[in-house]
Amino acid sequence: MCGTCGCSDGENKVTIKNPKEIISHKHDHHHHDNGHSHNHDHHHDNGHSHNHAHSHNHHHERTVSVEQDILQHNDLMAARNKGYFEAKHIFALNLVSSPGSGKTSILERTLKDLKGELDFYVIEGDQQTMNDADRIAALNIPVMQINTGKGCHLESDMVYDAVKKLDIKDHAVLMIENVGNLVCPSMFNLGESKRVVIISTTEGVDKPIKYPDMFHTSDICIINKIDLLPYLNIDLSKLKEYALKVNPSLQFFEVSATTGEGMKAWYTWLKTNRKK
Amino acid sequence: MHELSVALGIVKIAENETKKAKAKSVEVIELEIGLLAGIEMSSLDYVWPSAVKDTVLEHAEKKITFIQGKAKCIDCDTVFNIKHLYDNCPTCQGNFKGILQGKELRVKALEVV
Repeated sequence: MCGTCGCSDGENKVTIKNPKEIISHKHDHHHHDNGHSHNHDHHHDNGHSHNHAHSHNHHHERTVSVEQDILQHNDLMAARNKGYFEAKHIFALNLVSSPGSGKTSILERTLKDLKGELDFYVIEGDQQTMNDADRIAALNIPVMQINTGKGCHLESDMVYDAVKKLDIKDHAVLMIENVGNLVCPSMFNLGESKRVVIISTTEGVDKPIKYPDMFHTSDICIINKIDLLPYLNIDLSKLKEYALKVNPSLQFFEVSATTGEGMKAWYTWLKTNRKK
Repeated sequence: MHELSVALGIVKIAENETKKAKAKSVEVIELEIGLLAGIEMSSLDYVWPSAVKDTVLEHAEKKITFIQGKAKCIDCDTVFNIKHLYDNCPTCQGNFKGILQGKELRVKALEVV
């Protein structure tokens, strides 16, 4: 349960590692370093009735006006990241999707094809393993793996720490591959220049309206695995129609990371928008 | 389960504000949650007890004001209520809209002792 914090046992700790040198990350953001004994037996049938009669006189109750956004810590750190990226002309992309739609494959293909032209850096987010970072490191691209433990999304302070370790060159492209999850990452701005949502042809056409937040907050939608279209009964125009209902400004690319089909248009977008 | 992060964000704000007010604990916490903010209330209630344990919020009652989603059509300026991010304009059926309210996720006030 104690996922985002990961402050319980070793397996759940948030770690940021480079495949070449393993650095352990002391994770100190947002919370109460309570020992988290986790013995809570969750009486969550709490209607929160709290019928205590509020005898009001026995202590001095005061109302403090707060008016603060709950995610302001994340937003502040995201703004910090964004300022750093802008000052160094770094084009940062936050890649989001459900697990298995091909984020890492698209990334690998893009890096392989463009690494001669652009300087790339990668931050990989997964709950566990160094597998994705190893795939990227095999292409000789600087990479940091963030393992979120039980956490279901990256937060801006994790990216902040990873960025500090990456020591990114000016005018580079930073690819942040978020944890595979179409729900939670939508709420957490990382300071990225653009958000890219990836969906594959094997997923349902109505995914954009089932998970509208992610499509609403993205700028680009890459539809992957178009090489499988002959074997599938999916109407891509319907999928786009749903996505545009949620976000009429969404721009689409239809690609296959396996065959390379359609990747050129995505590369052109990447190269043009990097300079904006 | 991003509601855990949200709950921990609430705890952090409450801890800071209680400290600033030189108080010991919170009796009531007032929250504003927009219906388009992407918060599943049952999930928030589920993680709440473990998030507030041993904090100033441990015994606090939470009072939540839910804020209805409202949008303004970019094409015809109609202001309309929305339940979903994909709801279109009732007047011109356009999809381009600005969200006016419903994305709130805010700690409004605390009653501290």
